[in-house]
Amino acid sequence: MNFDYTEEQQLLANSVKQFLAKDYTFEARKAILQSAAGYSEQVWATFAEMGLLGLPFASEYGGFGGNAVDLMPVMEAIGEGLVVEPYLATVGLGGRFVVRGGTSAQKKAILPALIEGKLKLAFAQTERGARYNLAHIAARAKKSSNGYVIDGEKGVVIHGPCADKLIVSVRTARNETDAQGISLFLIDQNAPGVSLKTYRTVDNLRAADIRFSGVTVPIDALIGKEGEALPLIEEVVDYATALLCAEAVGAIKYASDATLEYLKTRKQFGVPIGSFQALQHRMVDMMISYEQAQSMACLACVKVDSADAVERRRVVSAAKIKIADACRHVSQESVQLHGGMGMTEELKVSHTFRRLTTIAQTFGDADHHLERFAACE
Amino acid sequence: MDLNYSPEELAFRDEVRNWLRTNLPDDLCEKVANYQELDRDDYIRWHKVLAKKGWVAPEWPVEWGGKDWTVVQRYIFEEECGFAGCPPLIPFGLKMCAPVLLQFGTAEQKHRFLPRIYNGDDFWCQGYSEPGSGSDLASLKTSAVRQGDDYIVNGQKIWTTMAQFADWIFCLVRTDANSGKKQQGISFLLMDMKTPGITVRPLVLMDGGNEVNEVFFDDVRVPAENLVHKEGDGWTVAKYLLGYERMNTGRIGVSKRELAHLKELAAQQMKDGKPLIEDPRFRDKLSRVEVELMALEITNLRFLDQLRGGRTPGAEVSLLKIKGTEIQQALTELMVQMAGPFAQPFKPIDAGDFDYFTAGLTPRYCNFRKTTIYAGSNEIQRNIIAKMSLGL
Repeated sequence: MNFDYTEEQQLLANSVKQFLAKDYTFEARKAILQSAAGYSEQVWATFAEMGLLGLPFASEYGGFGGNAVDLMPVMEAIGEGLVVEPYLATVGLGGRFVVRGGTSAQKKAILPALIEGKLKLAFAQTERGARYNLAHIAARAKKSSNGYVIDGEKGVVIHGPCADKLIVSVRTARNETDAQGISLFLIDQNAPGVSLKTYRTVDNLRAADIRFSGVTVPIDALIGKEGEALPLIEEVVDYATALLCAEAVGAIKYASDATLEYLKTRKQFGVPIGSFQALQHRMVDMMISYEQAQSMACLACVKVDSADAVERRRVVSAAKIKIADACRHVSQESVQLHGGMGMTEELKVSHTFRRLTTIAQTFGDADHHLERFAACE
Repeated sequence: MDLNYSPEELAFRDEVRNWLRTNLPDDLCEKVANYQELDRDDYIRWHKVLAKKGWVAPEWPVEWGGKDWTVVQRYIFEEECGFAGCPPLIPFGLKMCAPVLLQFGTAEQKHRFLPRIYNGDDFWCQGYSEPGSGSDLASLKTSAVRQGDDYIVNGQKIWTTMAQFADWIFCLVRTDANSGKKQQGISFLLMDMKTPGITVRPLVLMDGGNEVNEVFFDDVRVPAENLVHKEGDGWTVAKYLLGYERMNTGRIGVSKRELAHLKELAAQQMKDGKPLIEDPRFRDKLSRVEVELMALEITNLRFLDQLRGGRTPGAEVSLLKIKGTEIQQALTELMVQMAGPFAQPFKPIDAGDFDYFTAGLTPRYCNFRKTTIYAGSNEIQRNIIAKMSLGL
C-alpha cells in the first residue's frame, strides 16, 4: 500500500504546475479563450516538449510507457488550471484507441506525430437520443469495393474543431443499440463529406456537431475488428473517465482552496466571514467532498489499468458517481460562499463552476453510473 | 501508487481471519449479527478470549502485553473483527483509561490497573459529560475537594455508557472552582464504583435499551492516590485522549458486513413480484452508501499510509468519524426501509412465532442516532476541522 506519487511523477507534476502557474495564468487563459482556435498551439508545443503528450505511450513511438496513475497528477494540474487544450481528447481518448485497438501500421502512423504535438485527435461518438448508451449508434458504414462509405451525424464532439483526425463509431451491422455490429474508423477531419458545425461549450472548450455524408475511407481506416468495437469503446471510455475524475479532483481543489482563501479575507460585520460557523461547516463539507473525490480518483486510476472488465466497470462507475456528486456539491458551494462575486466572469471560480458542471455529466452522469454500478453484481 | 496490502499484511489478515473463524463463539456472532442486546458476560467473554490470545490491546507497549503491530496491522485487525461480527471491545478501560495511565500514571497506578484492564478483570466506564456540559465539556462542575488523603466528590455525570456493569469509573472533576480559565482546575480521578455515595440511574433510550446512565456522587470519598497526573491539569489528559488512536473511527469492517447483509435481505424481500434490490429507487440509495463506503475505505488507507510514513494526519481524520457515522446511520435507515411494514413489531406479548430480527431493525435505527452525537458530535468534529485544519 502506498498512496504517494513516485519521485518522477512528482517532478513531472511540479513542472506542469510551474508552467501553468507562470504561463497559463487566468489572464493568459482568457486570451486563449478569445482566440480564433480557442486553444493555444504554443501551449500544445510546450506540452509536447515537456513529454506530456508521450506520457502513456510506448517508448518505441517516442513515449514514456506511463500508466493511468502516471497521468493522474497531470490531469489534476489540468483541472486546477482549467486547461482548455485537447489533452484528454488526444492523449486519453484518441491515443488510447490507437494503442488498444490499432494495427502496428496505425500506431506508427499516429503515435509519433501525436507525441510530437503534430497530430490531434477527437472521439466522435454521441448521437441524438443516445444519452450515455455507448451502443446506441445509428451512423453507418457500408462496405464498398475498396473500403467503406460512412453516413451519419455525431454531436458534441469535444475538440472536434482542432482535431486532425476523428475516431468515429459507426454501425457496420445490426440496429441501433445492438451491442454487436459496431466499428471504429479513423477519419480525417477535413476529408470530403465531413462537415462541422462548431461552437463553444459552456466551459469554454470548442466542440462540433459533425455530419458525415458519403465519406469514403480505405479498409485500413478501421480500428480493431469490424463489428466488434463496443468492448474497446467501453474500455477506452472507462480509461478516459478515470482520467477525467483526476481532472475533476484538480478543479475541485481549486474551487475549495479559493473559497477557503475568500472566507479568510472577505470581511463583513467587521470580521472575516470564515469566522461564521454556518460557513465553516459548509467549508468543511467541501473539504470532505474533495478528500473523498480524491480517494475515488485514485481507486479508478489504479484499477482502470489492472482490473478485469467487470471490476473495472464497477470501480469506474463508483468513482464517477462520487465525482459527479462532488463536482455539483463543491462547485455550487464555492459560488454560494463567494457570494455575488462567485457568479462573475471575472472570477476563476465561476469558470471552475462551469467546468465541474460539465464534468459531472461527461461520460455518464451519476444516474447513468448508478445504473451501471448496480448491474455489475 | 499501490492500493494493495503487502504480502506480509495479507498473510496477517488471513491469520486474523482464520483465527476469528475458529475462536469467535457462534452465539456471540449471532447476537451481533441480529442486533440483540449484549450483556456484561458477553462483552467480558469476548474480551477474555482475545486477552488469552494476546490480541486484546495490540496498541499498548509490548511490556504491558501490546503487540508490536504496525498501524496497518492494527487497522486490519479492527476491520477484520468488525467484518467477522465480533462483539465490540468496551473501549473505556482498554483504549481510554489505559493509554492515560501509560502516559500520565505512576508506576504504582500502572501495576495496579493495567494487568486487570488487560485481562478483563475490571469493567470500566467513563465519567465525562454532565447535564450542563456536553460539547462544552470544560464547563463541568462535579467537584472534588481535597480532605486529608482523600477527595470528596459531589456532582453528577450523564450518558455514562454501561455504568451499570462497571467496577470502576474514570472521571473529569473540578478540583479548583476558582481557576481562571474553565479548562484549568480540572483533574482526572479514578473511582471504585462500589464506593459509598455513588448511585447509578438508568436512562432508557428510545430503542428500549439501557446503554447509558446517570451517575450521582454524594460525598464520595476517593483516595488521593487515585488521582492521575497533576491536580488541576486534567484537561491535558482529556486532550491527550482526544488525539489518541482515531484511525478506526470509520468502522469500515462493520459497515461492510452490514451492507452485505442488507443486500442479501433486499434480494429476498419482494416488491411487486421482483426483489426489492432491483427497485431502482431503493437500489440507488443502496449504491450511494456503497460508494461512500468505498471512498471512505480509501481515504482511511490514505491517512494510514501518511501515518506510517511518519506524517501524522491533522484534524482532517475527524472526517473519518463524520463520514463513518453517516454511513452507519444510512445503513440502519435502509435496513428499516427494507423491512417495510414489518419494521414495526417490537416485542411479543403473546407466545408464538415472532421475528426477532426485523423487530431489532427499528430499535437499531433509533439507537444509531447516537453515532453522530457521541464522541464529539459531528458538528463539533466540523468545528475541529475548521479550526485546526482549515485555519478558520
